[in-house]
Amino acid sequence: MASVLLSVNQVSKSYGARKAVDGVSFQVQQGQTVGLIGPNGAGKSTTVGMICGLLRSDSGGIVMDGEAIGQGPSEAKRKIGFVPQDLALYEDLSSLENLKLFGALYGLKGALLKQRCEQALALVNLADRAHDKPSTYSGGMKRRLNIAAALLHDPQLLILDEPTVGVDPQSRNAIFDTLEALKAQGRSLIYTSHYMEEVERLADHIVIIDHGKVLADETPAALYRRLPAQAALHAELSAAPSAALLSGVRALPGVTGAQGEGNALDIGLADASHAPATLAWLAADCATAGVTLLHFATAKTSLENIFLNLTGRSLRD
Amino acid sequence: MTALIALVRKDLILYINDKRALMLHLLMPVILAAFFGSLFGGGSEAKTSKIEVGLVQLDQSDSGKKIAAGLKADSALKIVELSADDAKARVRAGKLPVAVVIPDGFGEQAADALFGGPNKPQLPVYYDPSQSTVLAMVKGLLTQQVMQVTSAAVISPKGTRTTEKQLAALRASTDNNPDNAQLSDFLTSLKKFQDQRAAAEAGKEAAAKASGKPAPAAEPVGMTMPYTTQDQALSSGPKYNGYAHSFAGMGVQFILFMGIDMGVGILLARRTGVWNRLLAAPVSLITVLGGRAISGTLIAMGLMCAMFACAALIFKVQIGSVAGFLGIAASFSLMTAAFGLLIAAFGKTPEAARGIATFATLIMVMLGGAWVPSFVFPEWVQQLTLVVPTRWAIDGFDAVTWRGLGLEGALVPIAVQLGFAVVFGGIAAWRFLRDQK
Repeated sequence: MASVLLSVNQVSKSYGARKAVDGVSFQVQQGQTVGLIGPNGAGKSTTVGMICGLLRSDSGGIVMDGEAIGQGPSEAKRKIGFVPQDLALYEDLSSLENLKLFGALYGLKGALLKQRCEQALALVNLADRAHDKPSTYSGGMKRRLNIAAALLHDPQLLILDEPTVGVDPQSRNAIFDTLEALKAQGRSLIYTSHYMEEVERLADHIVIIDHGKVLADETPAALYRRLPAQAALHAELSAAPSAALLSGVRALPGVTGAQGEGNALDIGLADASHAPATLAWLAADCATAGVTLLHFATAKTSLENIFLNLTGRSLRD
Repeated sequence: MTALIALVRKDLILYINDKRALMLHLLMPVILAAFFGSLFGGGSEAKTSKIEVGLVQLDQSDSGKKIAAGLKADSALKIVELSADDAKARVRAGKLPVAVVIPDGFGEQAADALFGGPNKPQLPVYYDPSQSTVLAMVKGLLTQQVMQVTSAAVISPKGTRTTEKQLAALRASTDNNPDNAQLSDFLTSLKKFQDQRAAAEAGKEAAAKASGKPAPAAEPVGMTMPYTTQDQALSSGPKYNGYAHSFAGMGVQFILFMGIDMGVGILLARRTGVWNRLLAAPVSLITVLGGRAISGTLIAMGLMCAMFACAALIFKVQIGSVAGFLGIAASFSLMTAAFGLLIAAFGKTPEAARGIATFATLIMVMLGGAWVPSFVFPEWVQQLTLVVPTRWAIDGFDAVTWRGLGLEGALVPIAVQLGFAVVFGGIAAWRFLRDQK
């Protein structure tokens, strides 16, 4: 079993009367990628701020590889790489100068610093633009450089605070390629986002946070098991589904629920294997009733559904 | 130490790469200092500028010509002869501060009125209302010339006709003024003196004629200025140089603007997340702030040295004490860096902080004597401005440049500025540490 790298224990943080983080606890194992998800204002960035030593917790504690993290130059900080949500770069310094600065802050110098800068630039595919200023980069390239700046000191844990905000799909894929390469190297990651599909792609473990509290702390598979439906079938009909049709569908094996809205019909399935039989029954029943099945689609249930199930509201509300 | 050096190096590279900042903080003050320096007396070789005065010469008598010649010979005045209409027009347009009219017959009438009498002649003087100080000075010089010429005309042997006229008028007077008898005695004695001088001069002339040599010139008589001044500009070292003060003033002003940029830069870093990235590293907040203070100090010091290098090379400003100058520049630079940290500590947003800090800086440099030397302030303002750090900086630079006071003259300004730096830096650090919690 992998050892615990980071342990967040009952940390709380208030701003005046508002409790931004309320008794949050979770752990990150060696080599594990933890997705920290929640809507805007849920307390993700405050939690990350405390892990990075930027904010002091009101109560609770954070231990990184056996050492408590606080503000100031603690050794534990050397084991963490932080990629802020904003582009934390000096636009008027070349990429190489930026990296040299951030490497030097971790005590790197001389040949080792140069070597680490070259490696980081190569990892994010910016080696050929090393002497250009970030002000001449595209948004995606800046994001990649933002990540490279956190890798110079070879941290055991990389914390990425919404690293794909404002990035086009192509650049997003490039960033994910980089992160998957880091994950393959055995590096631990904390990835905060309110995009479930991003977290789903990377995370081994998911912590869902809302209103400063942890709502779930499980593997993706365990989270899915919480839902009655693992898959969904969506159909568009030529008329609104009748009560008889809805009760007929609900009675089918493997169907966990059915709901009509206008001419649309949403059917929950215990798993995707029940989709063909359910669709066949629906097509036959519609033909008998003189209703046309205009369109249908099947989908796997997403983390979005899990968040909805846990909080009763959408992640992006 | 590696982190601190990297932070300082980063700031220096960013500053040198910022051409706009270099232009604002180095070129602008040099241009403005050159302009203000030329207004405040220019270089040490520059002569005192003359006052241009219009002269409407309508009196073609011997006395009138002598008055005009006396005014033209005065080193403080530049006389321009004009018609009455031209003189009025030029004064009205602000092209001349003062114009003097010497009316026809003025010399004779002034001589007649020297010992009193009802008919004193008038001497019209036109002046620009914005130049009342110049008016007072010109009237003083005019009085000197008129009194010299008129008294000479009255007391010399040639003035005997005037004396006789005065005596006749006294005899004919019907009023019972008791002073008349004394004045009559004085004029009778004067008449006797004039007759004796005339006889002596006639004797000399006859003797000269007999020997075939030219007669010697008659000795001048009449009232003259009973003294002459010996003007000495006193300072301990180099001669006064108007550029020295203006470079100090403009240097202080624009380097404080650099301090504002430094503070606003920190606020922008906090807004963009760079600040968080710096503090996420294993360095203390004090190291990050210290790095900014050191780089700010080095930049300010470099700017001040570069400005005074220009001043020395182009405008011949002399630095009496290099050690004193470096001490003043270093303490002012440190104070500027601490001022920048203070702006960053208390600024809510970069935009708001820049506005308030610029206003505060302009007030500080105005009260510090950067625009106009503090010695022209009223006494109470001079005392009040001792609480302004810029006053000490500018006085310190004056002390080690044109006043030539040496290191000992710089010690108090250095100490006061270091005090301000400690206070500003301490308050800023306290505020940053409090906010971090």
